[in-house]
Amino acid sequence: MKVLLVDDSKTMRNIQKSILTQLGVTELEEACDGLDALSKVSGFAPDLILLDWNMPNMDGLTFIKEYRSSGATTPVIMVTTEGEKTRVIEAIKAGVNNYVIKPFTPDVLNQRIKETLSRTQAA
Amino acid sequence: MDQNHILAFVKSTKNTFATMLQLEIEVGAPAIKKSKKAVHDVSGIIAMTGGIQGTCVLSFEGKTAINVIKAFTGMEFKIDDDDFTDAVGELVNMVAGGAKTLLNSSNISISCPTVVCGSGHIVHGHKDTVCIGIPCKCGAGDFAVEIALRQTDPSPTTTASASASA
Repeated sequence: MKVLLVDDSKTMRNIQKSILTQLGVTELEEACDGLDALSKVSGFAPDLILLDWNMPNMDGLTFIKEYRSSGATTPVIMVTTEGEKTRVIEAIKAGVNNYVIKPFTPDVLNQRIKETLSRTQAA
Repeated sequence: MDQNHILAFVKSTKNTFATMLQLEIEVGAPAIKKSKKAVHDVSGIIAMTGGIQGTCVLSFEGKTAINVIKAFTGMEFKIDDDDFTDAVGELVNMVAGGAKTLLNSSNISISCPTVVCGSGHIVHGHKDTVCIGIPCKCGAGDFAVEIALRQTDPSPTTTASASASA
């Protein structure tokens, strides 16, 4: 499985990488903001994207709107400190498939990844 | 400053440290910060705008900061490493973001974090805003959460959310 990690914090990308590696994911690509992600997503063709919300240059919400407007259907999990219900709804409406609120445990991220992949595979 | 603001930051700090660092925190009595004298070496700073305006600062002594970041990342960095400041920034981002969620106000925005390193630095907030210092102790050492906030939105923040368990 190929996973694209989009977060402006290298620390957070490293934490996510560690969790994904334990899940058996070997193909990982990193992007430091939405613009960087847009430039890499076509060439990398991920099976899953983990996306932060608050980032410089282009935030996660803008990224998902642009990405979905291109017709892309790759599942996207928003991983963010934005935990208010209105924000979650805004992200889902924009095309996010699942949501993880920081701080999170490895188990929570594992569970959301499995949920998301099984839902999209069933669809 | 509303006491719910202080409660939200206390709960969010405890939750962030317990979840990401596996460190339990003992919180001392919050008090108005009067002294301008800096006692810390590393500060992670987040600005809040919208319904609440001001700053949240996580301040550490150098050795404590190194210990805390080691617990967070599993690696020991020097204070001038880019990875160290990135991790401090992510930590304060989680604390401020968690408090924002507990305050249940969707019209609050938080900035990208800024990290200041160096002995003797002073973080100045808005001159008309009271700064509350919340002393914290954990297995990695002592640190402080300093919040200087004022409510600009007339609608009060939700008490129920701020008193929810972290």
